[in-house]
Amino acid sequence: MDSRLLHELKKLLGSEGVLHEPEDLLLYEYDGSVEVAKPACVVFPRATEDVVEIVKLANRYETPLVGRGAGTGLSGGALARQGGIVVVFSRMNRVLEVDVENQRATVQPGVVNLDLSVAVAHTGLHFAPDPSSQKACTIGGNVSENSGGPHTLAYGVTTNHVLGMTVVLPTGELVRLGSAAVDSPGYDLTGLFVGSEGTLALVTEITVKLTRLPEAVKTLLAVFDTVDDATETVAEITRRGITPAACEMFDSWTIRAVEDYVHAGYPVGAAAVLLIDVDGLREAVESEAEEVADICRLHHAPEVRVARDAAERDLLWKGRKNAFGAVGRISPTYYAMDGVIPRTKLAATLRRLAEIGAKYGFEIGNIFHAGDGNLHPLIPFNGRDRDEFRRAIAAGTEIIRCCIEMGGAITGEHGVGMEKDHLMPYLFSAADLELMRGVRDAFNPSGLLNPGKIFPTAKACGEIYARPAAETSAPPA
Amino acid sequence: MTAPSRLASISGPSHVVSESPELNAYEICGKRPAAVVRPGSSEEVAEIVKFAAAEKLAVVPSGARTKLSMGLTPRQYDVALDMTRLDRVVAYDPADLTLGVESGIPLHKLAAVLAEHKQWLPLAVPYMERATVGGTIASGVDTPLRQMYGTARDYVLGMEFVTGKGVTAKSGGRVVKNVTGYDMHKLMIGALGTLGVMTKINFRTFPLPVATRGFAASFASAGRALELRHAIAHSPLRPQAVEILSPGAAKIVGSDVAARIAPGSLGSEVCSKAHWTLAVDFSGHEKVLDRCERDLRQMGEKCGGESFVVLAPDQMLPAASRKREFIPIALASSPGATIVKMSVLPTRMDELLATAARASETNSLSWAAIARGVGVIYVALLPKDRSDEARLRVIQATDQILFECAGLGGNATIPWSPAEWKSSLKVWGLERGDIDLMRKLKALFDPLGILSPGRFVGGL
Repeated sequence: MDSRLLHELKKLLGSEGVLHEPEDLLLYEYDGSVEVAKPACVVFPRATEDVVEIVKLANRYETPLVGRGAGTGLSGGALARQGGIVVVFSRMNRVLEVDVENQRATVQPGVVNLDLSVAVAHTGLHFAPDPSSQKACTIGGNVSENSGGPHTLAYGVTTNHVLGMTVVLPTGELVRLGSAAVDSPGYDLTGLFVGSEGTLALVTEITVKLTRLPEAVKTLLAVFDTVDDATETVAEITRRGITPAACEMFDSWTIRAVEDYVHAGYPVGAAAVLLIDVDGLREAVESEAEEVADICRLHHAPEVRVARDAAERDLLWKGRKNAFGAVGRISPTYYAMDGVIPRTKLAATLRRLAEIGAKYGFEIGNIFHAGDGNLHPLIPFNGRDRDEFRRAIAAGTEIIRCCIEMGGAITGEHGVGMEKDHLMPYLFSAADLELMRGVRDAFNPSGLLNPGKIFPTAKACGEIYARPAAETSAPPA
Repeated sequence: MTAPSRLASISGPSHVVSESPELNAYEICGKRPAAVVRPGSSEEVAEIVKFAAAEKLAVVPSGARTKLSMGLTPRQYDVALDMTRLDRVVAYDPADLTLGVESGIPLHKLAAVLAEHKQWLPLAVPYMERATVGGTIASGVDTPLRQMYGTARDYVLGMEFVTGKGVTAKSGGRVVKNVTGYDMHKLMIGALGTLGVMTKINFRTFPLPVATRGFAASFASAGRALELRHAIAHSPLRPQAVEILSPGAAKIVGSDVAARIAPGSLGSEVCSKAHWTLAVDFSGHEKVLDRCERDLRQMGEKCGGESFVVLAPDQMLPAASRKREFIPIALASSPGATIVKMSVLPTRMDELLATAARASETNSLSWAAIARGVGVIYVALLPKDRSDEARLRVIQATDQILFECAGLGGNATIPWSPAEWKSSLKVWGLERGDIDLMRKLKALFDPLGILSPGRFVGGL
């Protein structure tokens, strides 16, 4: 990279705020996805003003730049696809304000998701979006990707909880979007920028809603002898108008993987389990939990376990939150997919996935947010075998096309990033994509901010490389 | 070829109007279009907009035309794009709780379809008996049910729309969780048809509550009523709606004018004209409702509630519709009715209501306010006439309210007022720092400025 740029960055951030030696950059070549891209340098701003200056420098030296939180993303959103500067927000990790009375918090983007909930737990509040990587992932990353999580079924995803933010546009302008109060007049810029995958602006402050913790929670583990019984159960719960706080499904392959690792008490040998939370007022939770258990039994669940206490509940959830790590122990490399389908198509889709797996020679594992139809098929493969890797990618593409055929979408919470840009034309017309590109270009006219994301590019065959899953620092949502 | 004949060649002569008096029904703030066209498909909508773009004709899309007076007066208005023929349910998967409709479908027609499956869209909005889905979304009017369900941005899943170039585009989808591509559909919500003409809208639907129970507690002051609002917010209760009515609001929603707009009687014990009323609705099973009632009663007493009423089943509907129709009722209550919408952090609502009261009273204006638990306040200023003198008093009062609202960190706009006053009122509130970004979006979606030109923030 240009040594003058490097010098100026060091002058701005101090030498501890800039990394540029190849061995220091290695970590930043990866995120939670199977993609890899090498940045020219990595910078660590301490304040919004630093970010403004970094953006101005990037413009002056016509260097691409990419924002990054904890790097737990699963679609390559935080990778420097065209090189340049990676802006890591780990030093901007302060909770700036907590307003308990009004149930609001303003945070810097580097605040770890779970840290905010922990910081306000004594007030009976929490930050509701809970990606499975919440111990590591940052709220800035959540905002960029519009992250979900198991409990977003009832509570909504990130965008439903963001009221305003301070952003640095790719031109270096500082703008405040939205407000701490609801209903900012004008176009819903906050709604547009949340989930824009870091292509419209770098976010430096975020105002979020905090949600009251429920008075009561019941966690159920329902065991099934067939996958169809489990998916029918989910469909029936939805049909009856019950919205559990979470409704997660594991198939036999992932049950084994999780149980071997976490020892959460999952029934090894079962075809599928559902992990269901119902929460709310004591009076509501009692009857709802009973109704859900009845529905499970009606669909032939031989066993429906209700967690007796918080410890047992935490253990069951530990199985879910550590599932991807558990899979990593079985297969050194795997491809974690993300697709969405209507909840009425769960059974048919899972049958299709098994067929696709067989066609390409994989046993595909499934662990996912069944309640909102958000699938996470896992394709285990041998990363050292190029052919197997190619087959895994081909199987993944077929899975996503299957989701589209079912009336679904190509990503429910991981983002398009550089993983699925080539799949966008399956879902969107040329006109749709041209307008979306227009939105990007309106705010990011030079294209220097996070280039090569979301929109189809001519992807070189073999651009993506496999790597050992053990390097994945945190599990995905 | 003249505009009407070209429009007729697109949608058929029977779906084009170019003569009075039918055109009068499409007037916006005194401006009358040259033609009305009622397209029968989204393809026709695209054709019409393409034609308008080529001829630089300004197009204003409309549904039931109940809220066309919102916002600024359009700069130019040539073609009224009446969307009411696009009134079909395109897709409904009740078991998935997802829905796709054409934008011109009336809310009541859709509600009937959803009710067959014990579902609904929680859009209890003004003009509900007539309004279309598209008009409701485009105007961005809110609903008391937002306390539990949020607003349209929380349950619109995707959209198809026609841009100002006549290009049909879409974003989102019809699944409940989706991060594929930019959420362009969010931009259309509340944009008054200035970025695109919505043709299809996808929603997440919700199960109808098994039972609902309404309560009304009366207080000597707004502050005390708000104390109960805060107590509820910090309790485990999850109400469906929380509203606070000023004594003036109780007066107008209980008036004869109101009875004509929303029939059914509203007992004075529900809404006392001498008090501030906090109205709360809960939904759920009987056991849950009993618990809510018990807790609410206790909290109400602690906050100094003077009376506590559990609404009888036959009071629920009239009470809900009178509150829901507050805006049309207020507009019908005074020839110069001007409504300020404010949003602020909930703990600032007390001060803001006091400000509104002061500003109204020092300018000798009667006023009525309805506030939502989430921090939204509508204040209706009700001068006795539309005289120039009344206009000046309204300007002074609204200026004061807008300024003080900004000081409290809130947002304020003046969505409704007599048309001839709009140019002297700060309809879209005080200047905003993000207006340049909005301009960029307008330039992208409607480069020729033919879609509802001038109605929106900053004259967009």
